[in-house]
Amino acid sequence: MTKDVAVLGAGMHPWGKWGRSFVEYGTAAARAALADAGLDWRDIGSIVGADTVRCGYPGHVAGATFAKALGWQGARVSSVYAACASGAQAIAAARAQILAGLVDVALVVGADAAPKGFFRPAGGERPDDPDWLRFRLLGATNPTYFGLYARRRMAEHGDTPEDFALVKVKNAAMGALNPYARYRKRVTAEEVAASAVVADPLRLLDICATSDGGAALVLAGLDFAHRHGVSRPVRIRAVSTVTPRFPNTVLDLPDIATDSAVAVAAPGEPFRSSIARAAYEEAGIGPEDLSLAEVYDLSTALELQWYEDLGLCGAGEGAKLLREGATAPGGRIPVNASGGLASFGEAVPAQAIAQVCELTWQLRGTAGERQITGAHVGISANQGLFGHGSSVVAVR
Amino acid sequence: MSRTRTPAVAGWFIGDGDDFRLLGTRCSSCASVFFPREDVHCRNPYCIGGLLEEVPLSRKGHIWSYTDGRYRPPSPYVSNPELPWEPYALIAVELAAERIVVLGQAAPGITVADLTVGMEVEVVPGVLHEDTETTWTTWYWRPTGVRA
Repeated sequence: MTKDVAVLGAGMHPWGKWGRSFVEYGTAAARAALADAGLDWRDIGSIVGADTVRCGYPGHVAGATFAKALGWQGARVSSVYAACASGAQAIAAARAQILAGLVDVALVVGADAAPKGFFRPAGGERPDDPDWLRFRLLGATNPTYFGLYARRRMAEHGDTPEDFALVKVKNAAMGALNPYARYRKRVTAEEVAASAVVADPLRLLDICATSDGGAALVLAGLDFAHRHGVSRPVRIRAVSTVTPRFPNTVLDLPDIATDSAVAVAAPGEPFRSSIARAAYEEAGIGPEDLSLAEVYDLSTALELQWYEDLGLCGAGEGAKLLREGATAPGGRIPVNASGGLASFGEAVPAQAIAQVCELTWQLRGTAGERQITGAHVGISANQGLFGHGSSVVAVR
Repeated sequence: MSRTRTPAVAGWFIGDGDDFRLLGTRCSSCASVFFPREDVHCRNPYCIGGLLEEVPLSRKGHIWSYTDGRYRPPSPYVSNPELPWEPYALIAVELAAERIVVLGQAAPGITVADLTVGMEVEVVPGVLHEDTETTWTTWYWRPTGVRA
């Protein structure tokens, strides 16, 4: 029995800082995905919304908001929140409904309107929320953690700020070719080095911005896809949504401390590696089968970490892989052909869906100037605050 | 008028001067240590669950990593927007006995240029901010041998 679901449509609203409602971005992306699928909104049996909680309260950012904006038509609705991993969980929820035979075709939507400056927790006096506490007690922003990881890599593996800058150079060159990207200008290593330090050793151009944007997918059972006349759709073969294993010994957003490994030895693989392994196992593939990867480059240094966590190279070899050109277009395993977060900035609940939009276009061979020749297996990887793993394997 | 000294978070640290310690809890069944403290249930999934007893954490540890904040963090961090932003360093410290990494601000005056991964640091009492009536206290990490 196959566990694949078909991607019939992919759509995005361009990333930027547009100053409008997230509902508008999500609805535009949904309409684009429906048009791409050749389906009417009234054909959709289920809508799943990927949530954020910053631009409203959870009720407003639920899947129902998009259903109302598209016009109530009675579809079943679900809404998921998993921070940066919300999009992957929305895909997982839609896929489960399709594989369970509850619906033939589902629409997945995520959109965000990001605030200016650092992300911050919801207001009020909330000392029981670790996300609130890290800001209150330490002033620890997201870049604080990116800085810690980058410095750790420098000490442990000998990475340099110049290595990190080359990630930005690579991703900006791809983003320049992507009409949905917010930043469409090539960047030089000198420009990265000349940008202001935000969280030592990382500079402004090492760290992803916060953006407005929206992304959507139309997913269906393979039978429905065939009846709809799509004989060879892009198929989602695995969705990993795993949590960490105790003790989680890598300091993780938004925590102030790790788990203690005094009673139980740390697991052999860190959390991010386990996210990828679960996806590989479910798909029955390994890193050697990949044509391309879309990874969550919240910072340049984190992209190098993902190379290792995805098994594209050994521990500590991320910078070497980058410098060899293996992760650039034309290399052995191109990473972030979309331009990545470096070119998009983060629109939290839309981002993991946008990764799968890029995989879809690449596997169809319709990615234009960004096309990776012969792409047939792709993986996305991402990690949401509070311990939300996210990885999707797509094949064609 | 003298201000009242109040911890910025209750039950996470205790004492003054050389007696200052972070406070965690330890499971009486499996010996897992928790910081921030767990007071209700042990989070070790292999543990049947025991009493969680308050324990002081090691005073000294080694730097796992460090960074700084060159821009003013948003609320609920408290800072005076009338004053220019003064960057401070943040240090993640590995405590050998507890096998845990704990993040904290570096003591004032310590910059990233003073730090290296692996350096020994100790926990010292600190002041997060002050308002008209209260001095809100916290913990700082400081390289050993450096006096305020």
